[in-house]
Amino acid sequence: MYQDLKFWVSDTICAGLSPISGPLFAKTCSRFIDGFLVTTELLALACGIGFFLAIALTFARVSGRSVLVWPAQIFVYVFRGTPLLVQLWIIYFGVGSLGEQGLGPVLWTFFKNPWLVGLLVLTLNTSAYVSEIFRGGLANVEKGQMEAALSIGMPWLRAMRRIMLPQAIRIAWPAYGNELILMMKGSALISTITVMDLMGQTRTIFARNFDLNTYLYAAILYLVLAACISVFVAVMERRFRRSVGR
Amino acid sequence: MKFSVLAVGLLAGGLASAASAQDVLRIATEGAYPPFNNVTADGELVGFDVEIAEALCAAMERECEIVAQDWDGIIPGLVNDKYDAIIASMSITEERKQAIDFSAPYYSNYLSVVGADGTTATLEKLGDVSIGAQRSTTGSQWAEDTYGNRADIRLYDTNPAAFSDLSSGRVETVVADFLPAAAWVKDNEGFGFVAEKIDIADQIGIGVRKGEDALRDDLNTAIEAIRADGTYQTISIKYFGIDIF
Amino acid sequence: MEQINTVLGPLSFGQGGWGDDLLNGALLTLQLALCAMLAGLVMGLGLAGMKLSRTRMLRWPAAAYTLFMRGVPEFLILLFVFFGSDSLINAVATSLGFQGGYEVPKFMAAVAGLSIIFAAYACEIFRGAYLAVPSGQIEAGQAIGLSRSQVFFRIRFPQLWRFAIPGLGNLWMVVLKDTSLAAVIALNELLRIAKLGGETEQSPLLFFVAAGALYLMMTSLSDVVRSALERRARRGMAGA
Repeated sequence: MYQDLKFWVSDTICAGLSPISGPLFAKTCSRFIDGFLVTTELLALACGIGFFLAIALTFARVSGRSVLVWPAQIFVYVFRGTPLLVQLWIIYFGVGSLGEQGLGPVLWTFFKNPWLVGLLVLTLNTSAYVSEIFRGGLANVEKGQMEAALSIGMPWLRAMRRIMLPQAIRIAWPAYGNELILMMKGSALISTITVMDLMGQTRTIFARNFDLNTYLYAAILYLVLAACISVFVAVMERRFRRSVGR
Repeated sequence: MKFSVLAVGLLAGGLASAASAQDVLRIATEGAYPPFNNVTADGELVGFDVEIAEALCAAMERECEIVAQDWDGIIPGLVNDKYDAIIASMSITEERKQAIDFSAPYYSNYLSVVGADGTTATLEKLGDVSIGAQRSTTGSQWAEDTYGNRADIRLYDTNPAAFSDLSSGRVETVVADFLPAAAWVKDNEGFGFVAEKIDIADQIGIGVRKGEDALRDDLNTAIEAIRADGTYQTISIKYFGIDIF
Repeated sequence: MEQINTVLGPLSFGQGGWGDDLLNGALLTLQLALCAMLAGLVMGLGLAGMKLSRTRMLRWPAAAYTLFMRGVPEFLILLFVFFGSDSLINAVATSLGFQGGYEVPKFMAAVAGLSIIFAAYACEIFRGAYLAVPSGQIEAGQAIGLSRSQVFFRIRFPQLWRFAIPGLGNLWMVVLKDTSLAAVIALNELLRIAKLGGETEQSPLLFFVAAGALYLMMTSLSDVVRSALERRARRGMAGA
């Protein structure tokens, strides 16, 4: 159902583009747009879930309780210290090689699916980087505000969430915008675990026609996506500024 | 300072090496396609293709150098003169013929569908289940052409990666060349051929650059020579127990 | 040694074991990262010069270049360079009347691919560092009668590095991690060796985790060096 809707969207876009596209692109358009939609969808989900996971991680890291601080610190350290491609391959090919016997039927239904594994790794990876960005933002919020909130009896978590976090996010917003673009570029790697994202489609097309223009078309589509992300970041930034002024 | 010297050295060395090596015949194989070509832990290339290449070189009385090259880049590498020939179980196809030339075939191939025992897939219904294949092979291209590019076709960088996902149950079927599939099925209990074999009139040849007719003719003569003196049959029986020509 | 090798299993050293192969892979990873970083820095300096220049003809191409490189996946650029570099060099060679047949070794293609990406990032870092030199210092230089080139070489350039070091430290970490993409173009760096080992020994988890641990060691070590350099660069800087 949903899959059909995506195919319909991509066919409609291709039909619309056909008068202006060259012969190579017209022939492979539905592949490119199918891949483009998969990339967009994974990115939106990974960044959306990763955003909240990053907040949880950041709170754990500044909570001052070693049961929370250490696991969160180690998580962030490992995910920022190793390449995304290694993380993908450890989880898809490495953990996946344990199979149903090693993982049990519930976990296996998850690890079986390359799309879900890709989403998982992208989410964990981005949450580690974003948590580092938010922590930097928190460090730049004036400490007195937290003390003031606690002194009027506000619980720690609520003070963090209501007072510190919104300011930290506002300060860290440009860095967060950069991370979104980096994530978009990193997502191309999920093509190595058989997900047919934009890069996966591109490599498959090139494998048949050996035409370097294939990569140029893909580059243009990635630039379109990057432009959309930049616009989103800028619009949000303007909204923040307005709410500060109020 | 030391590093910039290193970089300059690499640049000079890299650009010079290609042109000077005219006398040695440079042959590329994939190195990830057992039992035809694969790499051992000590970095040595072994397999049917490798031994055939060595036998052909002996028959042509030429010195050869065999290098490993990943599949996706193997035709671009030939076109750009990184090596002179591809002996890597490559099917002769119309698409490939637009980029390179081929020798006479040195064995025939058909496609087969591998799955877990009990999988009941027919060729008509294969499009409904997940199909694994190596990217840019006749297997993946047959699947794309038959079931469309929106079927659940998973493309892997190597053949063993596809089989590994089949054995863990991640994909339901793998479409691959018959002989390596047979070799894999032999070693993996619980798996077998699940649909009738697919004859795509597939013949395996040696890829050479367009216009290199002299080399192609030499290779054709050498293939006939190793067929005539029994070298070919010995190698084939060593790997497959039968003559696969 | 024997005992260590028994514990390590397929990761042991010597014949039949992959331990030494993995370390060699890690060495190639480091070489690749160093070469890419150096080439990227040189190109980045040039690009920053273009971007800061007063001529539009220089400024615009540099801006377009950095915009492009920062918006397109590294993986795509690397594959494009890998598949395209040979055709490009041969096309140039034939058009100049030389015989074709040049090859770009995988290592060079990987260095070229990675460095043209990181040049764009290095350019932004250098530009930021150039503009970070307080304008009061420049005015002071002009006031005591230094020429424009003297202001550049005596005041701006020596300080460029200290302002650029935090950014360049970050960039080095990114380069180090992105060398892993070269595994996909079959360069025998760390990740590719781990993949081959995992496929041959049928234990991909062990090999990929081992590779991950080696990457973590390399980035941790780099982090220590980076902090030391940053401390040095900050010496005597006001407000730091």
